[in-house]
Amino acid sequence: MEVAVVFLPLIGALVAGLFGRQIGDKGAVFVTCGLMLLSMVLAIIVFFDVAIGGNPRTTELFTWIDSGTLEASWALRVDSLTAVMLIVVTVVSALVHVYSVGYMHHDTSVPRFMAYLSLFTFSMLMLVTADNFVQMFFGWEGVGLCSYLLIGFWYDRPTANAAAIKAFVVNRVGDFGFALGIMAVFFVFGSVEFDTVFAATPGQVDTVIEFLGMRVNALEVICILLFIGAMGKSAQVPLHTWLPDAMEGPTPVSALIHAATMVTAGVFMVCRLSPMFEFAPTALTIVTVVGGVTAIFAATVAICQNDIKRVIAYSTCSQLGYMFFAAGVSAYGAAMFHLFTHAFFKALLFLCAGSVIHAMSDEQDMRRMGGIWRMIPLTYGLMWIGNLALAGIGIPGVFGFAGFYSKDIILESAWAAHSGVGQFAFWMGIAAALLTAFYSWRLLLLTFHGAPRADEKVMAHVHESPKVMTVPLMVLAAGALFAGILGYPYFVGSQMEAFWGGSIFVLPENNVIEAAHHVPTWVVLAPLVVGLIGIAFAYLLYMARPDLPGRIVAHARGLYLFLYNKWYFDELYDRIFVRPAQMLGYGLWKGGDGAIIDGFGPDGVASASRGLARRFSRLQTGYVYHYAFAMMVGVVILVSWYVWAQGG
Amino acid sequence: MNDLPILSLVTFLPLVGAAFILMIRGEPDIVARNARNVALWTSVITFALSLVLWFGFDRHSAAFQFIERIEWMPAFGIAYHMGVDGISVMFVLLSTLLTPLCILASWDAIRVRVKEYMIAFLVLETLMVGMFCALDFIVFYVFFEGVLIPMFLIIGVWGGARRVYAAFKFFLYTLLGSVLMLVAILVMYFVAGTTDIPALMNYGFAPSLQIWLWLALFASFAVKVPMWPVHTWLPDAHVEAPTAGSVILAGVLLKMGAYGFLRFSIPILPEASATFAPLVYTLSIVAVIYTSLVALAQEDMKKLIAYSSIAHMGFVTAGIFTVTQQGLEGAIFQCLSHGIVSGALFLCVGVIYDRMHTREIARYGGLVHRMPVYAAVFMLFTMASVGLPGTSGFVGEFLVMIGTFQADTWVAALITTGIILGAAYMLWLYRRVILGKMTRSDLMNILDLSGREKLVFAPLVVIVLWMGIYPVSFLEIMSPSVEQMIERYQVAQDNAGDLSFASLLQGVIDPVALSSEE
Repeated sequence: MEVAVVFLPLIGALVAGLFGRQIGDKGAVFVTCGLMLLSMVLAIIVFFDVAIGGNPRTTELFTWIDSGTLEASWALRVDSLTAVMLIVVTVVSALVHVYSVGYMHHDTSVPRFMAYLSLFTFSMLMLVTADNFVQMFFGWEGVGLCSYLLIGFWYDRPTANAAAIKAFVVNRVGDFGFALGIMAVFFVFGSVEFDTVFAATPGQVDTVIEFLGMRVNALEVICILLFIGAMGKSAQVPLHTWLPDAMEGPTPVSALIHAATMVTAGVFMVCRLSPMFEFAPTALTIVTVVGGVTAIFAATVAICQNDIKRVIAYSTCSQLGYMFFAAGVSAYGAAMFHLFTHAFFKALLFLCAGSVIHAMSDEQDMRRMGGIWRMIPLTYGLMWIGNLALAGIGIPGVFGFAGFYSKDIILESAWAAHSGVGQFAFWMGIAAALLTAFYSWRLLLLTFHGAPRADEKVMAHVHESPKVMTVPLMVLAAGALFAGILGYPYFVGSQMEAFWGGSIFVLPENNVIEAAHHVPTWVVLAPLVVGLIGIAFAYLLYMARPDLPGRIVAHARGLYLFLYNKWYFDELYDRIFVRPAQMLGYGLWKGGDGAIIDGFGPDGVASASRGLARRFSRLQTGYVYHYAFAMMVGVVILVSWYVWAQGG
Repeated sequence: MNDLPILSLVTFLPLVGAAFILMIRGEPDIVARNARNVALWTSVITFALSLVLWFGFDRHSAAFQFIERIEWMPAFGIAYHMGVDGISVMFVLLSTLLTPLCILASWDAIRVRVKEYMIAFLVLETLMVGMFCALDFIVFYVFFEGVLIPMFLIIGVWGGARRVYAAFKFFLYTLLGSVLMLVAILVMYFVAGTTDIPALMNYGFAPSLQIWLWLALFASFAVKVPMWPVHTWLPDAHVEAPTAGSVILAGVLLKMGAYGFLRFSIPILPEASATFAPLVYTLSIVAVIYTSLVALAQEDMKKLIAYSSIAHMGFVTAGIFTVTQQGLEGAIFQCLSHGIVSGALFLCVGVIYDRMHTREIARYGGLVHRMPVYAAVFMLFTMASVGLPGTSGFVGEFLVMIGTFQADTWVAALITTGIILGAAYMLWLYRRVILGKMTRSDLMNILDLSGREKLVFAPLVVIVLWMGIYPVSFLEIMSPSVEQMIERYQVAQDNAGDLSFASLLQGVIDPVALSSEE
């Protein structure tokens, strides 16, 4: 059955991609959406069988690579961790497929778009069902390719093409670490199969290997290298720069790939490899710090952006930071829980943003929106649900939106870790929670409230989206409403151990989720309180006193520019990597190859020998002659030497 | 099966075809058409015949198979000795596959001296196949050097504007190596008394002699690969060569160097190979990083792909000298994959060159609007070139990286940067040529792939995906031979004597020590 789940989207992609012209837009939409919905239904059945029924299994398809002791198969491994991802991926993907039918209906290449979406889903499913590192890498790079193709989907736009390349190359920087990590795994364990490696991990705790001239703990090195891969894919500082630019792609893509699924692959990877990370405390510390830094960094940038999609993109970045520091303090269940709830509410937010953009005639700048909440009430209401879920609002003990449960357990776990980095992550997380609520309501108020700032033509055209777009939104809203309260007992609560089975491994002394249930009340309430403060601030600045933001910016111009320009990461990278690489390339080409190698090599020899040859060349001028001559010289030299050697 | 001299048939059938073409007389148009047809059918039949090797090859044996042996100069112990093992059989198939595709790709592109062109290609095929099958060093040498002549002519006669300079540079470089290789062969002959390759593999040269032999062979093979810093002939040769010439150059000729390392340096000179491995690593790493950076700066499509070839071959040389199962198999696999992928990329360039007669990147842009099928095909090969898993490019690179990590983590880390830079220059190329708005008016009427062109690309697409998804069918062929090679290499290392610099010097000062080995 899981075979069908994984391969149905591939079939859809192939049909739509190869025969798009024959079957037309309608045909392509029908095939891809139909197969995707079928895949989703099957995935839900698999989820109940595997995760709730406690029936994990692995289906081996066929051997992929077999070289000496290196063996990797195409296999589908489904355990609770995978089952959760199957649900997330197929549900969000199916909804996005359907939503795209409406969103993309005026586009000229619908079959290509649907094919890419389905191909992406297939790659993502291959990633989460991998039972070895190499197949995971296949899915990893496969989703990277699809992300590249979809960001650059509107290939007429130079910005889209640039963003696509940036996404691929920055991801490759991460993959560089991932690839080295796989090499190190094979070097240390002699295998790339998860089960074999996990079983052998406790025995390798003290293994030391030589890496880049240093003698270091093998597991630490492996985990850090693999985490570099996760940083690239999940847009963690300093490899985050591609994600905001990725918003050049169509909005459904942003929802599916750059919010709900692909960017969470890094978190999934760390959780999947929990049996290794648990024995690598330094690596876990790094994970925690990177996660904490990203959570706060991205939140600070988000409050100053004007593009509606970029705000949500930085928000995604920040939320991924939460997931990582949860994993870093060994609260893998909490990380997965947040991944699960986040998929719903963030996809919802993106698709709502898409609906707004659709209504505003493709306008994305919030400074030219406003005053439209009565015109598109449904989208407005759904956006409220998404925001409430993102900000983690709820009434303790009664009901909360999805993020209320998952974000709280993460922060409580960080606090309960009782380590330095845990404390750091906790406070970063609290600060980021404040900013999260602030920028969420800033977005909501700027977009929907206040005086209309768009021109009349656009305003006259504002309309609610068709059903094919709003129905998926409502399904996601249901997720944003109930995923938290329903999932809580299974992911992090009383049913936790039975639910995860053996798919997540935590050392007994690192069991922070258990400890997180017994933290002081102020820790429990803190995220909610700062969230409400954030909302209040946003209300003050963008509803009550709309003149204030301008004055604040005027007073703290430097800080504003620093945040507005995203801490100047792009400029920095351009100076350090991009331009030097180009200059170096040009210099090596003209200087190295041209002047030095050719100058002293063939061209130099040529001009020297031309002088020499002029004296010899009364006989002949062909090059073949030179060749034969040189061969003869060689023979003569050799024979003379040999004779001399014999004689001596 | 054994009665049929299959290797000789595959080797010399193209020559028979060439003889037929030579006899064609009459109107120039008819001659050209007949020459094309004869060449195509000859090469197709040759390929079909070579499939006997694929199906008949015993995948469990490391020994040479399909052996033929006829005494040639018995007085000197030189024989016409042919045979293939798991390493060379794949290269034979690569050669026989690419030749018909090249002829098909040249169908309309070559307008002058069609007859001679086709003859040159068929002769080239004979020489390439013969080289990979040869089991006698002298026979090998004849083929190895012979290959240069038709290639030299193809560049020099049918090439672009600076063809003479390019052909000359190509020749000058390879010349130097050839001379030294001949010297090495003669020394081996005088010392071991035979030029039979299997015999030489078991001979065991004195370590101090190995050093010199190794360097002499290295000079020849490194130029062919090409390794940095003797690579500058390649971009020029590629740029000036006609499309099909580039395909063969990148697809097969570059592999001759790698094959030389696999066939001679490692098995015959194991101790010296171990001694010089760090040198090879260094040059490979420089090749990967240096040429990738240079590729970023290119303005000519063919030059860019040529530089990328050098980077990809850097993986091959590094993989070979790790002498690990993964490193060697990865290197061989990378050779095959690169043969297909870079060949395909040059064909891609050829497609638009035939239409627009320029290779300058800036002259293109937005081709996807008019050529969607072409854009898709180009995308696939671009991805194969950057080593996306699921394509052939990944398996080779990945195995090489696994192999190098076992040898030295520095090598692994530095060479892996190639996957970042590779993505950068290939996607940058793709973007400038294929994507964007179509602004140039002369591109407005450009046509998508024709039926003939699709026919050329179809097998390559299938093979790239096949090698990427089920590489086992290729790995299993090479596996026993590689295993045996490593085993022998290890034995040689265990028995190795002193290979210090002192003994190296002794080799120079006291040549008597060498001759006493006889």
